[in-house]
Amino acid sequence: MDNSVSSQDSLVSVRNLSFSRGNQKIFDNISLDFQRGKITAIMGPSGTGKTTLLKLIGGQLFPDKGTITVDGQNVHNLRRTELYNLRKRLGMLFQSGALLTDMNVFDNVAFPLREHTHLPESMIRTLVLMKLQAVGLRGARKLMPNELSGGMSRRVALARAIALDPMMILYDEPFTGQDPISMGVLVHLIKSLNSTLGLTSIIVSHDVHDTSAIADYIYVLSGGKIVGEGTPKEIQESDSEWVQQFMTGAADGPVHFHYPAKDYVDDLMSSGKRY
Amino acid sequence: MIQFIQNLGRNTCISFNKLGRSTYFLLQTMSGMFSVLGRPRLLLNQMYSVGVLSFLIITISGLFVGMVLGLQGFYTLSDFGAEETLGVMVAASLVRELGPVVSALLFAGRAGSALTAEIGLMKATEQLSGMEMMAVDPIKRIITPRFLAGLISMPILAALFSAVGIIGGQMIGCGLLGVDEGAYWSQMQANIDFQDDIINGVIKSIVFGFVTSWIALFEGYDAIPTSEGVSRATTRTVVNSAFSILGLDFILTALMFGDN
Repeated sequence: MDNSVSSQDSLVSVRNLSFSRGNQKIFDNISLDFQRGKITAIMGPSGTGKTTLLKLIGGQLFPDKGTITVDGQNVHNLRRTELYNLRKRLGMLFQSGALLTDMNVFDNVAFPLREHTHLPESMIRTLVLMKLQAVGLRGARKLMPNELSGGMSRRVALARAIALDPMMILYDEPFTGQDPISMGVLVHLIKSLNSTLGLTSIIVSHDVHDTSAIADYIYVLSGGKIVGEGTPKEIQESDSEWVQQFMTGAADGPVHFHYPAKDYVDDLMSSGKRY
Repeated sequence: MIQFIQNLGRNTCISFNKLGRSTYFLLQTMSGMFSVLGRPRLLLNQMYSVGVLSFLIITISGLFVGMVLGLQGFYTLSDFGAEETLGVMVAASLVRELGPVVSALLFAGRAGSALTAEIGLMKATEQLSGMEMMAVDPIKRIITPRFLAGLISMPILAALFSAVGIIGGQMIGCGLLGVDEGAYWSQMQANIDFQDDIINGVIKSIVFGFVTSWIALFEGYDAIPTSEGVSRATTRTVVNSAFSILGLDFILTALMFGDN
């Protein structure tokens, strides 16, 4: 893969994005590109706004400044109907799975098909079983979400995300809280679905090892800025202390272990205050 | 003093902000009505969980309220030798006031709190965000069917409450205390007016159903997506619904019966 990502062959292009929540600046004038057909990972410590970036790409949040274009369309200039038409071509895998708890596995996967197509039930059944087969859960079609393990929930959510054959899937922390087997299954699924379905994938994760194994390109975010970018190899070899702290899991570094606070001794000595 | 004025200003701004958001939410909800009418199964499912599942609490409560009315009414009316009018007293109390008001309070406690908790938890577990990302409008798909179900179910439940209450009053008045059964029913038939009593009661219950469903759904949709946030939202639903029902009951009663 070419190390430099040009905006011409990118499916998603983020330009000069700034976003704040209250007084806290989440993104400060960042630009990113996500190439078609590739797996791009957004990594960084917790609280750096990785999930927020996915919500901005999906049009669920509005930036303070800057533009986000998906397949040539400026997401935040679209009317509601146009945005919904764009979202039909996107799949999103939420960290929690976000399965509808009053429906079983089959109905969850069938949900977008029933909402957006007028296909007969026999056709929907076939499609749903194909999607469930792809994630290895065809036999679990009658189970309710509360009967699924965390890994199974995410696989069902993945089957639902590909139900409408999207052009791109956004993965929000797909590996968090997974046992090694579920993790391996998810890593394999993301990689194989991306290549067999010709998808573009954006993975938000702080799981360094597994994400590096499947990503074609990685952005490392911290403190509202891009502190590193490149192929997994380039990121591993980066001499940026921000990137190195993240990749090696060092407790202290540019990202401080302690949340900003006043002097420790002064704090302990100030009696009479509750907090 | 400055602190007091600051707090007053802040709370006023918060209240108006919430009022604005809830009004916008209501308009969005109502704009989805036509699409829901085109999908009757969604509405029927919600009428089952909002209305049919409230059937038992409404029926039992109506029966006991009617029995108490029969008992209290008999002792009061018999002091004046007017126990034959027990049927009118029971029916008028139920149809005009107790039916719509008590059933709405029960509805808020049973169905309203369930709606808030359900929507709040859907928000907390990202189900609503998930729908948005699947290009499905959660207002049209989730909120509007529940709102319509509450609006339709409330008058039916209030009518059921009144009907069962009247039977409860008859069981005690006629069955236990010896009021003539013919007098009980004929006095009721002669003195309960369709327009003044029954229709006005139905109007009240529609208004209560509208307000209770609106409050319950908005509180759930607006809840902070944490367990504490959902818990607080559920409490607010019951408290705000009760205040709204009782306040509106006074206003509606004054408008409907004020010039009699």
